[in-house]
Parts: sequence; C-alpha cells; structure tokens
Amino acid sequence: MRSERKVWSRIRTLTDGAATGLAVLSTVLVVAPLVAIFVYLIYKGASSLSLDFFTKIPKPEGESGGGMANAIVGSAVLLAVSSAIGIPIGIGGGIFLAEFGRGTKLANAIRFTADVLNGVPSIVMGVAAYALIVSPQKSFLPFTGHFSAFSGGVALGIMMIPTVCRTTEEMLLMVPNAVREAALALGVPNWRSVLSITVKTASPGIITGCMLAFARVAGETAPLLFTALGNQFWSTSLNEPIAALPLQIYVYAISPYDDQHRLAWAGALVLIVLIVAAVALVRYVTSRGVLKGAS
Amino acid sequence: MGVGIEVINLNAWYGTNHTLQDINLHIPANQATALIGPSGCGKSTFVRCLNRMHETNPIARVTGTVRIGDLDIYEDAKPVQIRRRVGMVFQRPNPFPTMSIYDNVASGLKLNGYTNRRVLDEIVERSLKNSALWEEVKDDLKKKSGASLSGGQQQRLCIARALAVDPEVLLMDEPASALDPVSTSKIEDLIFELKSQYTIVIVTHNMQQAARVAEKTGFFLNGRMVEFDSTHKIFTNPSDKRTEDYITGRFG
Repeated sequence: MRSERKVWSRIRTLTDGAATGLAVLSTVLVVAPLVAIFVYLIYKGASSLSLDFFTKIPKPEGESGGGMANAIVGSAVLLAVSSAIGIPIGIGGGIFLAEFGRGTKLANAIRFTADVLNGVPSIVMGVAAYALIVSPQKSFLPFTGHFSAFSGGVALGIMMIPTVCRTTEEMLLMVPNAVREAALALGVPNWRSVLSITVKTASPGIITGCMLAFARVAGETAPLLFTALGNQFWSTSLNEPIAALPLQIYVYAISPYDDQHRLAWAGALVLIVLIVAAVALVRYVTSRGVLKGAS
Repeated sequence: MGVGIEVINLNAWYGTNHTLQDINLHIPANQATALIGPSGCGKSTFVRCLNRMHETNPIARVTGTVRIGDLDIYEDAKPVQIRRRVGMVFQRPNPFPTMSIYDNVASGLKLNGYTNRRVLDEIVERSLKNSALWEEVKDDLKKKSGASLSGGQQQRLCIARALAVDPEVLLMDEPASALDPVSTSKIEDLIFELKSQYTIVIVTHNMQQAARVAEKTGFFLNGRMVEFDSTHKIFTNPSDKRTEDYITGRFG
C-alpha cells in the first residue's frame, strides 16, 4: 500500500513537471518568432539608420543616401484617416450589436457581414477603394478621379471596422449585467447608461481592440498599391498620392540597388518600432486614468 | 419623506411563466416591510415591478396597478422618472467599477445632468453619512475606486448611491445575503435608521432578519401572496397554514 502510494506520488510529480515544461516550451515558441524578427531587423537595418533617414526624402534612382521622412509622415496621415473612419464606425457598430440590437435580425446580419469583411483579403479592399474613389471621375465621395491619400485611408479604414466592431461587442458583453441594472435603477436613461457606464467599464478592452486593428493596418501594403500609390516627394495632402512606409519598403526591397535594400531594412525596423511605440503609448495614457484598486 | 405603496391586481410574466398572480397589498409609508418566501416564489419579481425594472427584460410583461403616493407608475410616468423616486439596492453589491467612491455616490445625479459641484459635495457627504460609510471613506473619496472597498462597504456604498437621488421608497433585494454577519448587522441597523425618512421594502431569505427590521411582513409562495400582516402576527400567530409551515421550517 505504502510503496504504491509512493510510486503514484512520483508519477504525479513527473507529470506535473512535464506539463510545466510543455507550457514553458510553448511560451518560448510563441515569443521566439517576434524576437527573431526583431533581432534580424536590428542586425540588417540599424546600421542604415541615421538622422538623414528621418529627415530626408528618397534620392533619385541610383544615387545613394536619402531617407524616408515623407513615408513616415505619409503613414501617419494614412493611419489618421483610417482611424477616423474605422474606429468610430467600428465602436458604434459594436455598441449596437451588444447593447441595442441584441438578438435582432439586423444585428445578426451586421455580425455576419463583419466576420466576412474580416476575412476579405487586403488587396480586395484596395480594389474596392480603387473602384469607389480612384477610378470614377464623379462619385458621392470626395477626392475622386485619381490616386490619393484619402482613398488609401478609406481602404485601411474599412479594414479596421470588423476588428474594432467585434472586439467592442465582446468587451461590452463581458460587462456584468449588474452594472447595467445599477445604472438603470438610478433612473438613468438607457442610452446614457450605455455610453457613460457600460462603454466606460469596457473601455480598456475596446482600446486594445482599436490598437490591434491599428497595428494590423499600419503594415498593410496591398491596399495602398493602387490607392495611395506612393510618392517620392513631400506631400501631406489628402488629395494627392502619398508615400507610406510599407509601400516604400516594398519598392526598395525589389529594387536592384544595394543601398535601397539597406534602406528597406531600416524602414521595416522603423515601422515595427513605431507600431510598438504607438501601442505602448496609448496603453500607458489610458491606463493612467484608471483608479487604483479597480478590478 | 416616504410615501405609501398601493398594489392592485398585479400580475407579471417572464415569457409564458406567470411569476406573479393577482397581488394586492398596501405597503405603509415610513416603515420597513419584509417579503419572505422560498426561492422562486416571485418576491424579487414583485419588488422589480415597483420600480419598473421588471420590464428591462425583453420577455417580461406586467399588468395591474401600482400607486406610489399619488402616482400610478404604469400610467402616469416614464420608467426613468419612477426609478428616481424609487431607489433600489441589489443582492450583490454592484458599485460602478471604473468610478471613485465619490463618483459612485454622485453618479445618479451626474448622469442625469446635475453638475453643481458644491451641491454635489454636500449630497455625497450626506448620503455617505446616512449609509454609515462616511467615517470609513471620507479620506479617500476621490482616490479609491468603489470596487476597492470590502463587500459590506460596497453594499453601504450602493445604499448611499441610491439615497443620493433622494428617493421616497427604497427597495432592497436581499441586501445582506452576500455579506458576513458583522456587515449584515450594520445593514440592518441602517434599515432601522432609514425608516424615518424612507419607505423600505426588503426582500429576504432570512426570517430572523425580517423579524428584526420590519413592521409588516408578506409571505409569498408560488407567485401568490399568501399572507400579509404585522411582522409580530406573521411570526407568532399566522392565519394561514402554509405560512406557519414555512416559518416553522417545515419546507423552503
């Protein structure tokens, strides 16, 4: 009896050790690609980073030097446009799905559409924006008839909607019903309770969803190929073609010049660092507002 | 001041489930009235009909008349207006997790567009004093989240939040069932204090609690009100056999 118990105890200890080991291994496997990419980018790109990279625009073909200042600014403009479109529509849709339309046919249709939209390849988004804005000479949308920063922003913005919408819905559904009831029992109108209580309670999760969508479209190249097009010169106008980091990386990476290859590596490094910095900044700013002790 | 509540032929449904059947009673002003009965007997549904929270469930339905003071709440007013006059405290403490203690108490006023800071300060202090929480939290009103308090403190915070909108009636749905004995006795003391200013309706599973705090007691069973009388009479000499069986512990 006694020895049998001992054996079982040994087996339990071993199983426990094996399970812990597997969990640690999985964690390493999850983190490894990210670290590998980062290290390789630093190895390949860091040497080409200089002040010029952040302040100068690209040199003509064949000349060495130059930078991607216009592409960094261009990406910022494109992301501002896409966030201005994708975040309000996505959050609004998510609020409708979770709070007002629960169980209705319209909500089911919207949820289905959002899921399908999420699976649409990004190049198709580019084609759609091209057909809606770039190609027609007249349309209900502004800046039509030519390649423009606006059309690129629209393509990216539409890509953000499903992610923002569905995460907003899921985060709102996680807010306990007791919190909604508490607000209603105080005589607060439903819309006010939704906006001031439920959405506020879910806001850390909603912001994370927005950041995910933002980071995802920040690196998109395909939808910009025939919308924002790219630009070798300074431009911040929504009405003109605009440079973007992913586009510039794409153009340089397939060019025949070594110098441009190096700039492409540096561009990729900067793109990743900027995305991480933007996400970290938003997280920091929004987490400061939350009171200590809130669970 | 509290006002009386007149309930006439109240019926309530969840879907096809007839949870309240022909309830008639008069709840006196400025007293505590306890509602007892086994789980699922309809007592929670009943109090939720008194502030029209019942109908926030899309499959719920109500018929009948409820008069609070002179106001017929299903005829003369919108749910939002009723709920400002009839405060509610829930079974589980439910402070707003993202708000400070101060904001939790002020929330009912703030969310209805009230902004005068000086008046808000006064109301918050008075409400916290009325709910016997002021001394424990006055130093970190705006520093601490409502969710950082202990369970008993959270429940008193929820009472303060309900009192801040200056209701005439206070509904309490098993307010102490999730609390320890010390916190429970604090809530009961509080009910004693508050009776002079508000009409209190308290749902409870705990028959001793009903006996301790309430002047009147109603016994609910299977969606009907079996007996309604002075608490003393209900617990010492009930007229209905079923009431007697319940309070002597033969079922429920």
